[in-house]
Amino acid sequence: MSSHYPDPNVPQPETFAFTPEVMEQAKVFIAKYPAGRQRSAVMPLLDLAQRQVGWLSRAAMDYIADLLGMPPIKVYEVATFYTMYRLRPVGKHHVQLCTNISCWLRGSDDVKRAAEEVFGIGFGQSNDEATLEEVECAGACVNAPVAQIGDDYYEDLTYDNAKALFQALKDGKPVTVGSQIGRQTSCPEGGPTTLKGDA
Amino acid sequence: MLQDKDRIFTNLYGIQDPFLKGAQARGDWDNTKAILDKGPEWIIDQMKASGLRGRGGAGFSTGMKWSFMPKEVGERPHYLVVNADEGEPGTCKDRDIMRHDPHKLVEGCLIASYAIRAHTCYIYIRGEFYREAEALQRAIDEAYAAGLIGKNASGSGWDFDLFIHRGMGAYVCGEETALINSIEGKKGQPRLKPPFPAGVGVFGCPTTVNNVESIAVAPTILRRGADWFAGLGRPNNTGTKLFCISGHVNKPCNVEEEMGIPLKELIEKHCGGVRGGWDNLLAIIPGGSSVPMLPKNICDDVLMDFDSLRAVQSGLGTAAVIVMDKSTDLVRAITRLAKFYMHESCGQCTPCREGSGWMWRVMERMSQGRASVEEIDMLFDVSKQIEGHTICALGDAAAWPIQGLIRHFRPQIEERLGRRAQAAE
Repeated sequence: MSSHYPDPNVPQPETFAFTPEVMEQAKVFIAKYPAGRQRSAVMPLLDLAQRQVGWLSRAAMDYIADLLGMPPIKVYEVATFYTMYRLRPVGKHHVQLCTNISCWLRGSDDVKRAAEEVFGIGFGQSNDEATLEEVECAGACVNAPVAQIGDDYYEDLTYDNAKALFQALKDGKPVTVGSQIGRQTSCPEGGPTTLKGDA
Repeated sequence: MLQDKDRIFTNLYGIQDPFLKGAQARGDWDNTKAILDKGPEWIIDQMKASGLRGRGGAGFSTGMKWSFMPKEVGERPHYLVVNADEGEPGTCKDRDIMRHDPHKLVEGCLIASYAIRAHTCYIYIRGEFYREAEALQRAIDEAYAAGLIGKNASGSGWDFDLFIHRGMGAYVCGEETALINSIEGKKGQPRLKPPFPAGVGVFGCPTTVNNVESIAVAPTILRRGADWFAGLGRPNNTGTKLFCISGHVNKPCNVEEEMGIPLKELIEKHCGGVRGGWDNLLAIIPGGSSVPMLPKNICDDVLMDFDSLRAVQSGLGTAAVIVMDKSTDLVRAITRLAKFYMHESCGQCTPCREGSGWMWRVMERMSQGRASVEEIDMLFDVSKQIEGHTICALGDAAAWPIQGLIRHFRPQIEERLGRRAQAAE
């Protein structure tokens, strides 16, 4: 089981509220579900709260419970069950490296080392600059190894190109999303074997 | 080999425009009304006749599943739910559909919903696929704006709404009843069946849950005819299929091929072969991490379809082919999978919650050589106690990779444990 919990050492803010813009987005989510089923919007609303301030505090969960008319415990259950909810702040670069089988077979251990060397912390550790986390299958297995940083995937990683990628992020330089070897998405490297337009 | 003219996903790699203009140029949304006008029964009969078996792993007839929905809509509305919680290790096919050919899915949602008499569909997409959800939302917005979905969808007289619900990182939500709970704003824990979703699904209403690929191929099947689809592949294993080939091949990729293609041909033709040549092959997991692995001698001539792989005590699953060459520490590989299942167990059923962790701990020791040979039998026995004794198939999925390892590679495990024992003497 992967239930995760708030860090008792992290100070919890007293209050939380959506900004007016985020509240408008929240209303769109709530309207996706039938009348009386607004509780279904708890997942997107928790995500909105997390995007607004970077993590989910107790105050944010209580605020959403109130907004949706749910018992707070039901919101805590959801927030602790799903691993993408962050119950503590994360660093500026949240590096989520897949180490499941397809990524491991193609060298995710090397990518792990590259991240640790650049950011100077280990996986499972965090500072203001970065949070390094091993995650389960990211669902981009033919472009392994893969790291998700923020909302984007960085694919076809090697020790060298990952090191360059992490260093660029650290230095605030532009990076390329997707394949780091210039591949066309999930197409075989060097060009397709199908769909070549000669059918 | 399958010809391009028989491929459904003609923008698999996103080389062309994924959105409405490009999709229409590829034939999507071409007189969808004519399909709907033939009625739900015709659509379901055609889907049955095509032989399409669910592409999410279980391989159940899609047309049959649709026919389980009540024929009349009572007080409770019907729902279609599309399972886009793609998370089976090795699998990345639905991602390509959603980011490169999203209109195939959107059109499929309309047609399938109409066939099961649903006015509303939810697509449950895994939370990590944020960009894919953006692409899909853009396609949905385009379809609404063009009158293809929404009120009087495609001029059919049928009102149809389509919404995305994003998951937030729980593999178990790929199980249909856990997914339903998640849409209801609850923890993603599977429900006991019966009642089945066709009777009591999302919001307590009749619901059909289908995989992305199953829904996305439906419009093409109905346009080109059930006979066309049924003529591809082998009997009871018809049509085309997206394969994801990862691991130790020269060129890992996704590709659409004919069902029943020999595994070796799939790898040699599209992936540049196994790293170091076919003879450097050690083992392959043919259908995503949950199915048992196959040693090279079986891989030499096995066909890639549901029945052929079942016959060798494995499965097609999601058609995610994970290739491992002779440099692979297989015990270590399966230990990693055991850790995955421990992490993803929802905690509801004791055999899975406790057993998945127990198996991982034993595997961890075995991979380091710190176990006795007798524990191999114990591990196999415990895996059999988990299999079939849980609400959902995650317990089975945790057990099978370990069983596959022991079934085919017992001498290698023994050798590792024996070496350690000798060293200790």
